[in-house]
Amino acid sequence: MAPLPYRRTCQFRRLWYGVISLTSVVALFPLIFLAVIDYRATQHDLESEILLRTSRLVSNTRRTISYFLEERKSALDFIIHDNSFEQCADPGRLASILDRLKQTFGGFIDLGLIDPLGIQRVYVGPYGLTGKDYSVQEWYREVVTQGTYISDIFLGYRNIPHLVVAVKYASESGSYCVLRATLDTKKFNKLLSNLEMAGEGDAFIINHQGILQTPSRFHGKVFEKISLPIPKYAPKTRVYEWETPEGTELIIGYRYIKDSPFILMVTKQKSELMKPWYNTRKKLIGFLVISMVIILMVIFGGTTYMVNRIYTADQKLIMTLHQVEYSNKMASLGRLAAGVAHEINNPLAIINEKAGLIKDLLTFKKEYAQDHTLSAAIEVILSSVKRCGRITKRLLGFARHMDVSIQSIHVGEMVSEVLEFLHKEAEYRAITISLDISDDIPQIETDAGKLQQILLNIINNAFAAMEKGGNLEISAGMSGDDRVSITITDDGCGISQANLKQIFEPFFSTKTLAGGTGLGLSITYGLVQELGGSIDVKSEEGKGTAFTVTLPLAMG
Amino acid sequence: MRVLLVDDESELVSTLAERLAIRGIQADWVTEAEDALRMAEANCYDVAVLDIRLPGMSGLDLQNIMKSKCPDLKFIFMTGHGSQGDFQAGTTEAGPDYYLVKPVSIEELMEKMNKLTSESGDPE
Repeated sequence: MAPLPYRRTCQFRRLWYGVISLTSVVALFPLIFLAVIDYRATQHDLESEILLRTSRLVSNTRRTISYFLEERKSALDFIIHDNSFEQCADPGRLASILDRLKQTFGGFIDLGLIDPLGIQRVYVGPYGLTGKDYSVQEWYREVVTQGTYISDIFLGYRNIPHLVVAVKYASESGSYCVLRATLDTKKFNKLLSNLEMAGEGDAFIINHQGILQTPSRFHGKVFEKISLPIPKYAPKTRVYEWETPEGTELIIGYRYIKDSPFILMVTKQKSELMKPWYNTRKKLIGFLVISMVIILMVIFGGTTYMVNRIYTADQKLIMTLHQVEYSNKMASLGRLAAGVAHEINNPLAIINEKAGLIKDLLTFKKEYAQDHTLSAAIEVILSSVKRCGRITKRLLGFARHMDVSIQSIHVGEMVSEVLEFLHKEAEYRAITISLDISDDIPQIETDAGKLQQILLNIINNAFAAMEKGGNLEISAGMSGDDRVSITITDDGCGISQANLKQIFEPFFSTKTLAGGTGLGLSITYGLVQELGGSIDVKSEEGKGTAFTVTLPLAMG
Repeated sequence: MRVLLVDDESELVSTLAERLAIRGIQADWVTEAEDALRMAEANCYDVAVLDIRLPGMSGLDLQNIMKSKCPDLKFIFMTGHGSQGDFQAGTTEAGPDYYLVKPVSIEELMEKMNKLTSESGDPE
């Protein structure tokens, strides 16, 4: 058979994919792009803030430590300038000065006066160090050349951590002496340990060789070498990021303390400082993911809905086109039938009249009256003409229904009229047709041509489903006050449950190989809808099928 | 009763006329509209049986002209064609009872003609 002229107007799966991907990209790209930009900007801001805060902390602490050392150095400077060498050489005077220092400044352990030869002439403090010769010691030489000296922190023979501060006094006569004080480091340590430190922070002092001068929480004990690299010299506070071999990221701030062997260091764990940020980030990502899921769901749902709508509209369009084509076909078929009927009718009318005349002659003229063979032949001719006449009248009636729109019809008559087309086939196949048309059905206002096609299609289908000797039952009755229902039941092969859902869809056919177009029932469905009615099907495989067409009494 | 039969099939009308004659009805027949008009003017017919489709002029037009000339003339239509237009026009003019589709049975035709002539006396 010829290929069907109407097909899908577009590929819906591709349309669906296309719309979904395009909309998703357009909707999600800006969202992701902005989220990433914002994420990076915020992270960068926070990191800068951390570095800045560390730097400020280092600077402030450096100022405190420098001030602490400077204060003590200035105190010694003041003492040696305020008192003559002789006064200082007086152990009683020096002892009282040490007492005053302990009371006011605190942290002083002992005081010693050393003459130009490097011999400690006077000593006040807990150890007997009078007369000790310092002339060969490095610090002594330094204090003589530089004027001041601050030592590393060391244990010495006292076995407690301490540091030495020394100042030189040169008299106008050219002679000089050195005043030397020992400071305990408790106060020093207190300064550092009192710092408010977030993020597993650690503040400590090392000397230029990297030996820890004050206790550190994470990077070694006092007098041990620090586990971090020694930062290189810089005149100002520096902050940098460093990763330990264990993989911990550290923020390290440091400052070389002027005129001393000390480097102040502050370390913080980056991960600890960034913790609030990680929480924010978690929320941000969560929000982003939820938004994306919602957007995708909306896109998915919306697109599916729209594409389905387009698909349905397209289906309808195709069906309508088929119906138009089908109706046109039926109309031209009707015209053809009418033409043929007309052409046959005239010669038939002549045969009718001629045979009639012969019969008249036989009847009215006595000489022919006895010829029974002749009169019997005439009767046969006349009855055959009558039969032909019935056929052509039916054809004419069929054609007449083709081009009319709405008219008043009787359901029972319509069913009989349709069955007249089919009763020969029913006879050949020994199909029993039983009618049960209720008497209370009024005339209905409907399109007779369409109703005829609907009934023809359904009955033809029923015939196709039945074997020889099947039973077809057509019943009609009122359904409610304003509807008529016509039920056509066959005992044929039936329709499977899976196929039942699809039988009204265009192009669905189980007879494709046998030449079915898959359009019969979809057209029937369309026709019933055009008449304002509904069609319903019940079927059981192997037992039969029942189609029920329900029509309004008048078309609205 | 005098009847005029108009149909383009001469074999049909001539035979029909003969059969009517056998039944005691005087029937004339013509195959063309002009002849029909001429005959109607010349004679006084009770009934005219017209084919809807005639060469040159439709049976309906012919009826109108004949009606104007012989107001008492009654009409029966005969057709071989069943188009909806013809059917409606024919039944409106003559009523569904007087619109016959070929082949027509003579008994039916006689019955209709008798009905028509017996009605003629009615005030309708």
